[in-house]
Amino acid sequence: MDIVIENLTKRYGVQKAVDNISLKIATGEIIGFLGPNGAGKTTTMKIITSYISADEGEVFIGGKSVKEDPVGLKKHIGYLPENNPLYHDMPVMEYLEFSGRLQGIGKNEIEKRVAEMIRITGLNREKHKKIGELSKGYRQRVGLAQALIHDPQILILDEPTSGLDPNQIAEIRKLIRELGREKTVILSTHILPEVEATCDRIFIINKGKLVADGTADNLRKQAQGTEIIRVKIEDGATDNIFNALKDLKSVSMVDFTDRRLNRFDVHCRSGEARREIFSLCVKNNWVLTEMTQLETKLEDIFRELTMN
Amino acid sequence: MEKIWIITRRELASFFDSLTAFIMIVLFLGFSGFFTWISGSDIFMSGQASLRPFFGIAYWTLFFFIPALTMRMFAEENRSGTIEILLTKPVTDRQVIIGKYLATLLLIAIALALTFPYIITISRIGNIDGGAVLCGYLALILISAAYAGIGLFTSSITNNQIVAFLSSLFIGLFFHIIFQVISGSMKGLPGQILSTLSMTVHFESLSRGVVDLKDIVYFLSVSFMGLFLTEVSLARRNAFN
Repeated sequence: MDIVIENLTKRYGVQKAVDNISLKIATGEIIGFLGPNGAGKTTTMKIITSYISADEGEVFIGGKSVKEDPVGLKKHIGYLPENNPLYHDMPVMEYLEFSGRLQGIGKNEIEKRVAEMIRITGLNREKHKKIGELSKGYRQRVGLAQALIHDPQILILDEPTSGLDPNQIAEIRKLIRELGREKTVILSTHILPEVEATCDRIFIINKGKLVADGTADNLRKQAQGTEIIRVKIEDGATDNIFNALKDLKSVSMVDFTDRRLNRFDVHCRSGEARREIFSLCVKNNWVLTEMTQLETKLEDIFRELTMN
Repeated sequence: MEKIWIITRRELASFFDSLTAFIMIVLFLGFSGFFTWISGSDIFMSGQASLRPFFGIAYWTLFFFIPALTMRMFAEENRSGTIEILLTKPVTDRQVIIGKYLATLLLIAIALALTFPYIITISRIGNIDGGAVLCGYLALILISAAYAGIGLFTSSITNNQIVAFLSSLFIGLFFHIIFQVISGSMKGLPGQILSTLSMTVHFESLSRGVVDLKDIVYFLSVSFMGLFLTEVSLARRNAFN
């Protein structure tokens, strides 16, 4: 099912938690909501799941407005809220059964579904324990299992890996990627490698506003419009090469990285620069021995978009 | 309807798992049994084959026990955040409230059902007025319904169980005693209004065996008011972060 958000606004008092956000998420996409704490990611998710209602704007899931049929649409959503709240005094299996039954799974099917969830999330050894006795990683799996029990078409995960150790994070990410093949997934995080590792597309939200939208690669280009190329040019005088590079049309700045080796970092507009550098070398009979595109880090983009 | 029942069953199971249910039943039977049969103005003092002393005592015991049962219901969900998981399942707020409310009433009904031996004992001693007994139990169920409504409401406004318990007792105290006491010292309309608002006045008339529609409407409206305010209080999540 696809999700369309139109001009969504939510106020808490005078403060706007979500400020006129519009976006479209296609069926089967894995989306990352990225933003600093308090940016409005959680509020947006709470509105999509009908936990709270929007002040203005609408959310359509599969073409239906969440305002009109919240109960009907909630059936298609699996939700793991921030901090993974669970009933600590309930045993794992009972809790999953309770969640499944509330999601409308019939008496005859429920046992099979619970068993399958326990298998998928690897909870077999813990299934009779009370949730409060489990470690954080296992609780996270219980949280995922309750979100998945009714095989929803949409999965919404609010910071699904926060507080886990690196192994657990890797496992949860793998699980999300596997599940994401058939489902529309929205996950929020402020951990950048996480979105790169799992998401098809990224929405960066800051102060309630959508500030960027695209794949990780696109965002890199879009944010800068420029790229940095590291070149090493031999068989020429350092100063000549430096000045020639600086005079190229698409180049804005040249840095020495290693004067002795004639190595330069060339800041330039993306696209034409590489060809120009090559022709320059050919014209002057210089030898180009290295040309690497330096990655702009997602961290830099994130900081650039969310700091003011 | 099925969703309500799923929630009711979970709440009941949680009462029994946490031993709350057993403690509540043992204490309820212990208190009411002690004062009905052994001490104070007990049944043997009155010299009549009637359960009225028991109803009087149960009226007080329930007043204290019901807030203890309801205090957890929303306060704990608010504290742990599970309310968000619960309300994003395909259920309405109302179904959740009614589910929890029914669980409380069912537990009280179980506790009251366990006092059945009292009726048998008394009916062996003398001629018992069956209608009056029935009315007495009906009255106990109805005041329970009212106090459970108030209890659920106070539980929904906080994330602290103790605050929920104490504020429920505080509100209950007005219905239980204060309205009646003040109405005694007031003349005319204000006194009449306060006396109408008093739980005790209505309870006494019903437990005496007089079925008056006014009393029943009163109990039901207090219950309804409690549940309605609970729903309003749950909807508050839309306005505050």
